[in-house]
Amino acid sequence: MTSWIFAIVQTLCVVLLAPFMAGWVKWLKCKLQNRQGPAPWQPYRDLLRLSKKQAVVAETASPVFRAAPYIVFSVTVVAASIIPVFSVEMPTAALADVIVLVGFFALIRFFLSLAGMDVGTAFGGMGSSREVTISALAEPALLMAFFTLAMNASSTNLSTVVSHFGQSQFILHPSLIFSSMGFILVALAETGRIPIDNPATHLELTMIHEAMILEYSGRHLALLEWAAMLKLTLYSVLIVNFIIPWGVAMTIAPQALAIGVLSVTGKLLILGAFLAIAETVQAKMRLFRAPHFLGLAFILSLLGMISHIVLEVR
Amino acid sequence: MDTYPVLTVAQLAIFLSFLSAVLPLLFLRQPYLLVRTAFLLLGSAGLAAAWAGGVTLLTNHAEQVVLPIGLPWLHVFLRIDPLAGFFFFIVGFVTFTTACYGPAYLREHIGGPHPVGTLTFFTGLFVGGMLLVLLAADAFSFMIAWELMSVASYFLVAYQHHKAENRSAAFIYLLMAVVGGAFILLAYGVLAGFSDSFSFTAMAAAPLSPTWATIAFVLAFIGFGMKAGIVPLHVWLPQAHPVAPSHISALMSGVMLKVAIYGFVRFVYSLIGVIHWQWGVAVLLVGAASAVLGVLYALMQHDLKRLLAYHSVENIGIIYIGLGLSMIFHATGHMEIAALALIAALYHCLNHALFKSLLFLGAGAVLQQTRQHDMEKMGGLIRRMPVTATCFLVGCISISALPPFNGFVSEWLTYQAALQGPVLRSGILGAIIPVASAMLALTGALATACFVKVYGVIFLGLPRSPQITEAREASLGMRSAQVILALCCLLFGIFPTWAVSAINVIAENLLGTGLLKDASDGWLWLTPIGKQTASYGALPILLGLLASWLLVYFFLHPLKRDNQIRIAPAWECGFGPLTPRMQYTASAFAMPLRRVFSYLWYIREKFEPPQHGKPARYSLQVSDWLWLFLYLPIGKLILHLAKRASLIQGGNLRVYLAYSFFTLLFLLWVIV
Repeated sequence: MTSWIFAIVQTLCVVLLAPFMAGWVKWLKCKLQNRQGPAPWQPYRDLLRLSKKQAVVAETASPVFRAAPYIVFSVTVVAASIIPVFSVEMPTAALADVIVLVGFFALIRFFLSLAGMDVGTAFGGMGSSREVTISALAEPALLMAFFTLAMNASSTNLSTVVSHFGQSQFILHPSLIFSSMGFILVALAETGRIPIDNPATHLELTMIHEAMILEYSGRHLALLEWAAMLKLTLYSVLIVNFIIPWGVAMTIAPQALAIGVLSVTGKLLILGAFLAIAETVQAKMRLFRAPHFLGLAFILSLLGMISHIVLEVR
Repeated sequence: MDTYPVLTVAQLAIFLSFLSAVLPLLFLRQPYLLVRTAFLLLGSAGLAAAWAGGVTLLTNHAEQVVLPIGLPWLHVFLRIDPLAGFFFFIVGFVTFTTACYGPAYLREHIGGPHPVGTLTFFTGLFVGGMLLVLLAADAFSFMIAWELMSVASYFLVAYQHHKAENRSAAFIYLLMAVVGGAFILLAYGVLAGFSDSFSFTAMAAAPLSPTWATIAFVLAFIGFGMKAGIVPLHVWLPQAHPVAPSHISALMSGVMLKVAIYGFVRFVYSLIGVIHWQWGVAVLLVGAASAVLGVLYALMQHDLKRLLAYHSVENIGIIYIGLGLSMIFHATGHMEIAALALIAALYHCLNHALFKSLLFLGAGAVLQQTRQHDMEKMGGLIRRMPVTATCFLVGCISISALPPFNGFVSEWLTYQAALQGPVLRSGILGAIIPVASAMLALTGALATACFVKVYGVIFLGLPRSPQITEAREASLGMRSAQVILALCCLLFGIFPTWAVSAINVIAENLLGTGLLKDASDGWLWLTPIGKQTASYGALPILLGLLASWLLVYFFLHPLKRDNQIRIAPAWECGFGPLTPRMQYTASAFAMPLRRVFSYLWYIREKFEPPQHGKPARYSLQVSDWLWLFLYLPIGKLILHLAKRASLIQGGNLRVYLAYSFFTLLFLLWVIV
């Protein structure tokens, strides 16, 4: 019972802390670029402001448009509830494994891109078309990277995978190096960061995610923005817990949990700093360069998997 | 405990479907009565078949009967066992829903250029033929039923034969069906050569040398693959499915392809018995190629039914991936994993039958209302056909393999089987299985992209042509069929454990081993390998989704009156009113992916810039490489040879008599 309560509390923590993660990256990025920049807690103010505002819906919009923000947000929350963040002892991880997690991300994207096409403006369709192209190439790479990790741990259950890497002796398997590199590239693409998409842009030639949600306002927009921040946080958690899982609590005993919370939060902040640096030194790619980028991610992930099967299985 | 007269009911189902072909012909003058009678009989045949199949599967029952018809030394063997029962259920259930759908759908054909009696006659024969294929337990009756199914469906494809393209599509279909039938006949011939009778029990018992087994396997693979539509034998599908009436397309794509899968599974697992891993690799690679190419070709189509037909190629590919994995694990002695992969493949058969029939029925409703095949002229139908649109959305989510619907479960099981690849400890297989699962992942992602396009262009946005605004919701029978199928998609998605344990019986029968007993963890959790290895609880996930939706809605919903949603015109960037032409088209939507995978299609793109007051013109033609560079040359070669061969056709009676005489002499010389 306590573990169920813990799982729910942990999910709430992640959902509530996600805007800070996004704000932290933005703040650091501004500092790196010699700009004043909003405070890291600015996203909370934005979300509050948006949720208070009146929502305007286009007269050509269908029920899909209105339902999409709720579907997207609740699927993201359920995805957050199955990922072990601070401790691996969570019963909700048995609900769904990595493949289901990838399915959740696909479901989110499905409804987002439908919502983009709903109103009947050019921008929405453009955003949706680009989004499905990018993710059609990213998803196989993501799945391959997850499969390599799952084969290493001989389980697709997220908790089992993280505890396998957390408890086993640190060995630099070639498969893990390849699949981690592939996974990081995919994470950049899937969370809409530079060099694939720019979260700060509103230029028609460059935007992907922003184009899809261009017609949204008020609380609908708040939900979509929040879901996007949550997705960024989830991918970051996956990166730190899969690749550098030290410190993640194996139980929910208070002491272990305290170490877990501190270490994971610290690692997330450092990862955010890396993201800010990467976004500062890099420029966004042209859309038609993105397939090369994602093709690289796919090859890396596939190499990881094959090297695991050929070299490491004994 | 055998109190259920399963085989009798199964025979009754076949009888009823043949009756639905013949009896309505009494009412040729009263077309409405004709259609009602035909579909009533067909619907009851479907229900009887679904009942018989379901009971056989659930009670793990097998029964055989020998009918004393036919030649004296060649009796007809009929047998129902869990494998046949499972497919019997699929055929029966989908037939039932199409029978609900049919009467209203055919209303527009009544008084049309072609008599509806033809349609109901051949539909009855078609369904009866499919059911008979599943029941047949000797090669002779199997082939008769198989050809009955093929020929009846040819007449259904050719129903609207006033259009030349329909005739040519039907002809290609017939050609492929005949060639495929010949391969199957040869495959049975090989087995019959080693056994003393045509019955399946004798064939299964006959010992085969590895070479002959491989020859029989290759023949069966090609023969059944032609009907199932694997790449490169798929070319008839995208031509035949769009021209058939939509409920027939649902039957052909949802059910007939499954009958081909049944034939393949029956032939390989129970008749040949000893499986070599190389066969599994071949099946796996062909399956992966079909899946990826099927979805990529589908992405480029903007005829709705042709697009769905290409998706059948994709899904058949996914089923073959499962079968290939199963065969590999079977041949290397990992029976539990082989069972898992076989269950995944069979479960996908069921799921594909459900969601593809749903999509074809939805497409039929859309086509009937809009009289448009071309997606580029549709749009905004969700406001005019809300029930059809909702059911179609369920179909789209299911076919895109998204949780918590049914398509996801079978792909999840396939992935779980593929992830067990490292137990094989073999370099070649170890490299092939990951590549196949990568192909499966790519297929899933591209299918999502394709169905975003389909749904976004057809149901969302603004109407792209004036006829669309006159569309109305489909009639009650058509809606109810779609709602039943959509509910089944959800049910088989959130209660997968029951379906899996039912299908497990088939695996136990065919392989001798089913899934591990101690792997299961109650009805709520799908744990095919072990509790710690992988688990999926669809119902709790659905409940979690609903709970978080309600929570969010509760927190955000405006209690104050002044914060209601405001409906306003969409922002058109200040360029005047929003017109439908500003929207993305289906071709534009797929353009980035067309550019990424451009070498996989034969693309001809032409752009003429605007000049002298003429508007700019853009034309795009995407064709199938295989059709252009494999099938057309073969067709040309055959025509050429036929012209040469026509030299011996003198037209003189004496010459022909001389031919007969010399042929007779030759044969006598060969035999004696």
